[in-house]
Amino acid sequence: MTRAVPQGGAVRGGIGDSPARPDGTLKVTGEFAYSSDLWMDDMLWGVTLRSPHPSAWIRGIDITAALQVPGVHAVLTHEDVPGARYYGLDRLDQPVLAIDQVRYEGEPVALVAADHPETARRARDRIRVDYEVREPVTDARRAAFDPSCPRVHEGGNIVRHQPIRVGDPDAAAATAEVVVTGEYEVGMQDQAFLGPESGLAVPAEDGGVHLFIATQWLHVDQEQIAPCLGLPPEKVRLTLAGVGGAFGAREDLSMQVHACLLALRTRRPIKIVYGREESFFGHVHRHPATMRYEHGATKDGRLVYVKAEIVLDGGAYCSTTPAVTGNAASLGAGPYRVPNVAIDAYGVYTNNPPCGAMRGFGAVQACFGYESQLDRLAEACGLDPVEVRIRNALSAGAPIATGQIIDMPAPLDDMLRRVRAVPMPPPADVTDLRNLPGGVSNTTHGEGVVRGVGYAIGIKNICYSEGFDDYSTARVRLQVIGGEPVALVHTAAAEVGQGLVTLQAQIARTELGVERVTVAPADTAVGSAGSSSASRQSYMTGGAVRAACVAVRERLAERARQRLGRTPGPGPLDPDLVVKLVDGDVIEETREFRHRRTEPLDPATGQGNSHTQFAFCVHRAVVDVDVELGLVKVVELAAVQDVGTILNRVALEGQIQGGSAQGLGLALMEEIQVADGRIVNPSFTDYLIPTILDMPPTRLEILEHPDPHAPYGLRGAGEPSTLSATPAIVAAVRAACGRPLTRVPVRPEHITGR
Amino acid sequence: MRVRFTVNGQERVVDDVWPGESLLYVLRERCGLPGSKNACEQGECGSCTVYLDGRTVCSCLVAAGQADGRTIRTVEGLAAGERLHPLQEAFVDAGAVQCGFCTPGLLVQAHDLLERTPGSPTDAEIREALAGNLCRCTGYEKIIEAVRRAAETGAGQ
Repeated sequence: MTRAVPQGGAVRGGIGDSPARPDGTLKVTGEFAYSSDLWMDDMLWGVTLRSPHPSAWIRGIDITAALQVPGVHAVLTHEDVPGARYYGLDRLDQPVLAIDQVRYEGEPVALVAADHPETARRARDRIRVDYEVREPVTDARRAAFDPSCPRVHEGGNIVRHQPIRVGDPDAAAATAEVVVTGEYEVGMQDQAFLGPESGLAVPAEDGGVHLFIATQWLHVDQEQIAPCLGLPPEKVRLTLAGVGGAFGAREDLSMQVHACLLALRTRRPIKIVYGREESFFGHVHRHPATMRYEHGATKDGRLVYVKAEIVLDGGAYCSTTPAVTGNAASLGAGPYRVPNVAIDAYGVYTNNPPCGAMRGFGAVQACFGYESQLDRLAEACGLDPVEVRIRNALSAGAPIATGQIIDMPAPLDDMLRRVRAVPMPPPADVTDLRNLPGGVSNTTHGEGVVRGVGYAIGIKNICYSEGFDDYSTARVRLQVIGGEPVALVHTAAAEVGQGLVTLQAQIARTELGVERVTVAPADTAVGSAGSSSASRQSYMTGGAVRAACVAVRERLAERARQRLGRTPGPGPLDPDLVVKLVDGDVIEETREFRHRRTEPLDPATGQGNSHTQFAFCVHRAVVDVDVELGLVKVVELAAVQDVGTILNRVALEGQIQGGSAQGLGLALMEEIQVADGRIVNPSFTDYLIPTILDMPPTRLEILEHPDPHAPYGLRGAGEPSTLSATPAIVAAVRAACGRPLTRVPVRPEHITGR
Repeated sequence: MRVRFTVNGQERVVDDVWPGESLLYVLRERCGLPGSKNACEQGECGSCTVYLDGRTVCSCLVAAGQADGRTIRTVEGLAAGERLHPLQEAFVDAGAVQCGFCTPGLLVQAHDLLERTPGSPTDAEIREALAGNLCRCTGYEKIIEAVRRAAETGAGQ
């Protein structure tokens, strides 16, 4: 699969360069059109009525008073859904609008379209819903294991149970010299993208609809929207509007079907924009997890068995819970050699907020568990935390817990040694309060402040797993404009901020030797690109763009042979030759790219080659902790990540730094607090994400060990840093305060013990 | 109600404003200036930051009527015609822009920092000045780098 980057006279802005983002200028001038910026003269505003209860029967809905509000054009309930009334990414279990019951606080119940958003909101408040409130199911363990617990859905509360069985852990437990156990908890993290859920639906003359939308995967939206509207897919056309971040939260539908329903009913364009509070109810979150781990080892710290039980609270609807559960199970033993394994991962329905994709996707939760355990093991064996990891680290040729052999570079011991060797930051200058925990709150001048250092490593699968038919499509057109060769790249791949538009152009420049490359807006007029998820787009859409470019080159070479009697060499094409061969014509090729096939996990043993590629990041965190007040200042994060091949260093560093920041957030501050099924803190006042004062300088070391199976040898890079940052920071805080800290985010009272 | 103000050097008269509308809403939905962003509309994220009579404010927290008769400068007013402000260039070049939703507010706030800081601000000063602007993509490192680079070009002078 690997093909070397064409050599010789490399084109400016190709693979390996960091050319400016093509959307950069528009983004700094304020002209870039995000999904919430769209506007049409005759548009109406849509708003959503949501359930105030986490669990209730609906006995009746009265929209009469809402319809009487001047300026209101439509009020819709489930009775107005013309097609399928349920949708979902994995199971069709989520109603477009609630039918006879609601299963979470915030579930959409009715829609209003009006000529001003405030008019729509006031009309919404006049809709009367008769609820018969039920006791919500809020404890995921009870939902899973207590037979007397009410069922959230008819099929039972366990969405997926995935066991992993290797060897004989019980027999190994009898011989292990050292055993460490722990119970860990991960709170519900929010993706907290800044651009709220929004879009504009425009009714079309053919009875269809055109939706301009911020999403991660246009075609899977189309697949879900069209049946609900009772329309064939070709009548539901989607164009990607500007996306203000995603991080998994745009994998599921939010307002897509709703805006289309209102547009088709009113025959007017409909704009829906969630506010921040609504956004907390309008998308899925990271699964909270409770985990029980038991690790057995020899006294010199070599693992002999792992037992784990991981319960992931999927909330009221399925979303991607099965795949998240599969990841937590298959990666649940971490990047370590373990001869005997018994892991049980459960994804569960409750009446809590629905959970689904967020950066790291099941691997984040497990990583906090197994890395906390490795620190306990190090302590029990009297070993340095890096040393215990080096002794157990996987390498190329070794199997993970599913039996899948890592058939690509996995230089984990080298990465661990490198991160340990990064020079330590100097002690904090206590004369400047801004360097201390608590900052200018003036809570300490250095007294009670203890420095701590912690390490962690994570393993993340790249691309879709478990037999999913994962592919991307690219169309590349070569033509001559103004005497110069110009390439046009067209895919449906979602640019969500990561820089995929830049990368697509880089690939076309490198493969075609053409400097002028335009990336067309992403839409459903071209085949699916798959999701901007699972760190997969460089691999998949990158692979598709390369394949289409190679096909275009072959057409050019064919012409050169026919017309000129010669074959161009492997390097960049001579622009004059291209002009000669293409002028007055276009050469266009479309290609689908698939990664190698993966297999489902065996349902009983969890064995199987379920993943495409593995990626690794190691972090070292240095923190200063005010152990009396429980305040933390992260001083520095050092990271070593292997990316196979660097395609664009600036964008890559941004991924590692940004992923680390989200890991820091989970470690120290980010949690959607849910009480009795209700979100307590749906605002940026109370849900805290790291600010520029919270995020320390990062030191990055990026390694390049090409993966022979991947385009350009690349390794997906968006997620791994999010895994390891969290446990590294918590380990550092533990080292400073001496307390076990078994839950993230860590709260001040956990640090002080009071 | 009717609101009059000067925005990016142009006088604007806006009619039929509902008194509950924010300055942000009027800029975005009535003036065709959607550059200022609506990430939280509760004054926590800084994405809607604009100059109001020369001081930076969250335009989501300013009632439209409060802006009557005053002077506003938004992200759309930072560039000199087609020529980007050095700070804007630095944001693109340094990789400080990913999804870009925080970018307009950060640019206005960083612009204000450079305007009132003789020479180059320290990292601590940059962090303090931008503490009210949330970014979810970058981890802030490249934003700090961009402000440093812009300061080196004498952007504030």
